[in-house]
Amino acid sequence: MIENPPVARLDGVSVRAGNVQILRDIDLTIDPGDALGVFGANGAGKTTILRVLATLQPTATGSVEVLGADATADERFTVRPRIGYIGHVPALYPELTLAENLGFFARSRGLDESVAASALADVGLAGAADRRADRCSHGMQRRAEFARILVSSPVFLLLDEPHSALDADAVDLVDAIVHRTVDQGGAAVLVSHDRARVRSLATRTVEIEGGILR
Amino acid sequence: MIGFGSQAALIARRDILRERRSGEVLWVTLPFGAIALLLVPLAVGTDAPMLRQIGPGIFWVVVMLFGVFISIRQTSSETDAQRDQLALSGLDPAAVYFGRALASFLFLLGFQLVLGFVTVVLYDISLEGWLILPLTFVIVAAGLSLLGTLAAGIVATGQNAAALVPLLVAPLSIPLLIGATQALEALQLGRSSLTWVLMMIVTVIVLAIAGVLSAQPLQETR
Repeated sequence: MIENPPVARLDGVSVRAGNVQILRDIDLTIDPGDALGVFGANGAGKTTILRVLATLQPTATGSVEVLGADATADERFTVRPRIGYIGHVPALYPELTLAENLGFFARSRGLDESVAASALADVGLAGAADRRADRCSHGMQRRAEFARILVSSPVFLLLDEPHSALDADAVDLVDAIVHRTVDQGGAAVLVSHDRARVRSLATRTVEIEGGILR
Repeated sequence: MIGFGSQAALIARRDILRERRSGEVLWVTLPFGAIALLLVPLAVGTDAPMLRQIGPGIFWVVVMLFGVFISIRQTSSETDAQRDQLALSGLDPAAVYFGRALASFLFLLGFQLVLGFVTVVLYDISLEGWLILPLTFVIVAAGLSLLGTLAAGIVATGQNAAALVPLLVAPLSIPLLIGATQALEALQLGRSSLTWVLMMIVTVIVLAIAGVLSAQPLQETR
């Protein structure tokens, strides 16, 4: 029987920022079907580990493999569009409407703008599509970020505080997106302070403390 | 995946839309540029022949200073989160560079046209025989937009990179400033301005190459 290759593998990964050691000797394997919850205090290194998995964070030591690509080599550029990353700060352009934001995202992936309109409808924002992002509430902006995930259907979801600022309907929507990705053979990593919510969603959880995974 | 040209056009369209909504060039930088042109006659007096003589030089200095500012502001207004998403989008960083520069080029061209009109009126400059002016406008706008976009890419890398920007911008904008002023002066004196135009074109090509080569490393540096 042929085993599925891992979605991501970190081996002895350390990250430094100047003299500060943010991550220390992290070993982590994320397999298809995994929904990994990552917990830890503020500044423990949770967001950094997500950025490493998104191939956005250079590492000081160790090796990072994501979707079969070496994250320190140029091949990372080919797998990046298959990664869905939502940080804790919205990445929308404030001057553009939600439809324009999602349309830009769809077109950057060679998709039609109608896909963006449909995704906005799916997250309950059809009525706000022509509203500028900076005139939307934080919760609406978060919903629009999840519409981006629906547009690109990534196989590897990286979510930083996915349930924050969301109402009950939107929380269910996020959970459905995670379930769908995992059920289709992808994987998800959820960084959160909401342990109860994430435990109900995750297939396993880890704790990060002072840059060390426990 | 979309082609290189379409990627650049997508970025340019995004930046033009953002500017149309924020109006930073139109309502902030342009009036300041016009005020700078107005202040010089107030400072040096209203000696008409002297103003006629220094007018083109003052115009280009104002265009260079405010032009680079427009371009840097335009492209460094992205947040880290937006830059992360752009890096994950799969768009070619060189196409992103050209797209940003294209949007800045259009803003700068408009900026030069308005300030050029203000200069002609305030400094009583005759446009006779200045057929090379439109070409100079286009080359200077291209050079400043490429330079400003490159500088903004450096600013976006964070830490103390912003302190390096004047060291990069000053020497690279000087050939454009000298080329633009000398090309027009050569025409006024009935000489060929070809050498100066070529110097500006070479500067633009060097900036385009530097921008393409540095686009990916700058995108990946945070």
